[in-house]
Amino acid sequence: MNIVNVDYDGLIPNNVGLNSDTRVKAALEKWHLGYINWWHDMGPEGFQQSLVYLRTAVSVDPKGWAKFDYVKMPDYKWGILLAPEVPDRKIPFGAHRGEKVWQEVPGEYRAMLRRLIVIQGDTEPASVEQQRFLGKTAPSLYDLRNLFQVNVEEGRHLWAMVYLLQKYFGAEGREEAEELLQRRSGDADTPRMLGAFNEETPDWLSFFMFTFFTDRDGKMQLEALAQSGFDPLSRTTRFMLTEEAHHMFVGETGVGRVIERTCDEMKKAGIADPGNTEAMRKLGVIDLPTIQRKLNLHFSLTLDLFGNEISTNAANAFHAGIKGRFREDKLEDDHRLENGTYPVLRLVGGKIVKEESPALSALNMRLRDDYVAECAAGIGRWNKIIEKYGIPFELKLPHVAFHRQIGEFSKIKADIDGNVLAEADWKKKKDDFLPSNTDRAYIESLMKPESRPGQFASWIAAPKTGIDNKPGDFEYVKIAE
Amino acid sequence: MTAAVKQHLIDPAVCIRCNTCEATCPVGAVTHDANNYVVDASKCQFCMDCVSPCPTGSINHFVEVAKPYSLADQYSWTELPPEDASTEAAAGVEAFDEDAAALLADAHKGSGGKVRRPPSASDPRINLFSRRNPAEATVTGNLRLTPEGASSDIRHIILDFGNTSFPVLEGQSIGIVIPGEGANGRPHALRLFSIASPRDGERPNTNNLSLTVKRVAEKKPDGTELRGVASNYVCDLKQGEKVKVVGPFGSTFLMPDDPEADIIMICTGTGSAPFRGFTERRRRSTPNAKGKLHLFFGARSPQELPYFGPLQKVPKTLLDQELVFSRLANKPKEYVQDRMRKRSADLGPLLKRATTHIYVCGLRGMEAGVEASFDEICQAYGLDWPQLRAAMRESGHYHVETY
Repeated sequence: MNIVNVDYDGLIPNNVGLNSDTRVKAALEKWHLGYINWWHDMGPEGFQQSLVYLRTAVSVDPKGWAKFDYVKMPDYKWGILLAPEVPDRKIPFGAHRGEKVWQEVPGEYRAMLRRLIVIQGDTEPASVEQQRFLGKTAPSLYDLRNLFQVNVEEGRHLWAMVYLLQKYFGAEGREEAEELLQRRSGDADTPRMLGAFNEETPDWLSFFMFTFFTDRDGKMQLEALAQSGFDPLSRTTRFMLTEEAHHMFVGETGVGRVIERTCDEMKKAGIADPGNTEAMRKLGVIDLPTIQRKLNLHFSLTLDLFGNEISTNAANAFHAGIKGRFREDKLEDDHRLENGTYPVLRLVGGKIVKEESPALSALNMRLRDDYVAECAAGIGRWNKIIEKYGIPFELKLPHVAFHRQIGEFSKIKADIDGNVLAEADWKKKKDDFLPSNTDRAYIESLMKPESRPGQFASWIAAPKTGIDNKPGDFEYVKIAE
Repeated sequence: MTAAVKQHLIDPAVCIRCNTCEATCPVGAVTHDANNYVVDASKCQFCMDCVSPCPTGSINHFVEVAKPYSLADQYSWTELPPEDASTEAAAGVEAFDEDAAALLADAHKGSGGKVRRPPSASDPRINLFSRRNPAEATVTGNLRLTPEGASSDIRHIILDFGNTSFPVLEGQSIGIVIPGEGANGRPHALRLFSIASPRDGERPNTNNLSLTVKRVAEKKPDGTELRGVASNYVCDLKQGEKVKVVGPFGSTFLMPDDPEADIIMICTGTGSAPFRGFTERRRRSTPNAKGKLHLFFGARSPQELPYFGPLQKVPKTLLDQELVFSRLANKPKEYVQDRMRKRSADLGPLLKRATTHIYVCGLRGMEAGVEASFDEICQAYGLDWPQLRAAMRESGHYHVETY
């Protein structure tokens, strides 16, 4: 079976030879029914019959991997696609470094692997659920299409994880696969597994912030899993990363376009003071301080996804060769980390201090640092837009201790510069840091759908280039009446 | 003027630094610093592997420059440097292979100016396989379309790409490498063939494409026969034979991806190849499209009209067809332009519609007659054909590919 060649004949497009694997094929076909039901119940509300100009992954060969076409979302070809096998691949890190990669689940790491796959898998449908009402207020057909692209690809990523569960984890895997369809984002009784995936995505700025910050956590986790010694996991996550890049794109350019529109209107109206929120809101754009507060919220919620700074689970997963570091293959050290240390921010006696900790225990921290560096670079590009308009304002990442629910700093209140605050001070200043009810109400008031091709809502600029090189007035979604 | 070289650049104002291109590049030509992702001009071989996976389109910039920009230049940019007019960018580059580019430029010159792709067309991939690094395809079909004894031998050739990705769009062409050498001791010149199948293959989701090829074998006045090397090689291919394919080529003569587009297709003989692809694409993707397909197809006789049989089965709701014959016994000669005039009551209103696209494909000799008919129809409907033609060409709605 050639890995590059995708079998499109069956119900489930795949390059894993599903046709000759009757047990897994039957299990997945059964699961498919539940998945489609879930998609109808919890997928994008109100657009299931619309024709959407979507990208479908059809091959893992870069020359022809994606094709664009109008598709009704329930007819999207959710397939199982693994990146080509790297011949003679060796486990790149941990105690088994240098040994041949595993093609089957190593017994001693079975529970750990299953948990990692289930947690990753749970985030995929969760974000579709969080975003299901956004279609009703899309600022353009272009953005509507991008939302749906993100949604169908999150759906495919669920498939990717479910394949691993069904193929390698027997009856337990089947149960986990079922439960992935049962949990619901934000549900009081059966919530999704991670906090940020139970938050609402009430408006489009939240969606863009979510794809910039929270999907980027997803990307970091996938990068770490792509290094895995369990080869099927490595191959499936490597291919997922190609799709995940589109989600980063939606977030970065989405927020960038909001900023651009605001700056443009400020300049036209001759508003020099970026703090003049009232004047900017009269223009129907989102003022820069509110964008900063949204950024503070989403960044801090996402940091919680990295878990505790010092973590035995992360150490074990690395030691076992299951989950590596960000771009492990590009790092130059012993890839075992049994002796080294890594600087970690900790809370000591109510103060935030940097301490050297054993490198193996500090892996969550390390991945989070790589994440923060990427976020900072993206924010630098947003600031370039503001700079271009000559507006004296700079977006900043808040301190990692700000507004945390998990880890070292969950016990304290800190401001965005990392100063520890007394509870009373926090209450007083909270609305300076995080979106207030007034902010939310204002943003909500802007959320009016714009469904004419080539037109954009008042608060967001048009993109620089179209999807698939399409022109500005391309009808990305043909909305079914 | 200094000889220009092509260079692949990444637009730093659009790029999101996701690393997909660097991870994809098979020769390590893409690299980055803290600021930008850049392409090393000394390493990039224009294999295009990075283009399709890029989520932003920032990767899709090919410029002609006197001297390639260095890595240091590119690291320092916040946006692409402005292009000067003499090196107009490559949104319209049809091929990186110079011979293929020249052949297409010649074929498209009948449109009368710089051509553009239809605004809604899919983004084409070009030059994925070069003559140095061709794709291998297997001949899985070679069917004679014209009966034995007809004056022309026209073939339907199917090439299967097996496990190789060879993504094409309707209207694109491929080159076939002809083995051996010409009389001058050099490899045979490149010949292009229009693809006759839609993007997803002869049948949906097959990794193949088809060609419509006429065997060139003409009696010369001195009694000898002129035999086209390329067409005879292709028409003689046997099932199972392997051929070397380059391309795909062509980035303008493409089908609008818009169900509302009316498409007027005018062709003779093997010029029908792209329109077979267009029709099949529309039938598969949006059979109930609001826009309609209108075909004017000329040949000497039904026997010599490629796909005459299959055309009879295409429903009129999908394809309004006018098959026109110039050598029927007891009938006056009729050409496509004559039939166009007869249908002026339909063509006139179509020409007034912004969603109409026109494609002319076939022998160069047909251009003048087709032009004259459009001119006449325009006059009857208060339109100015030269003006309309220029406007349609500018907006990617008018396309000519003749030879």
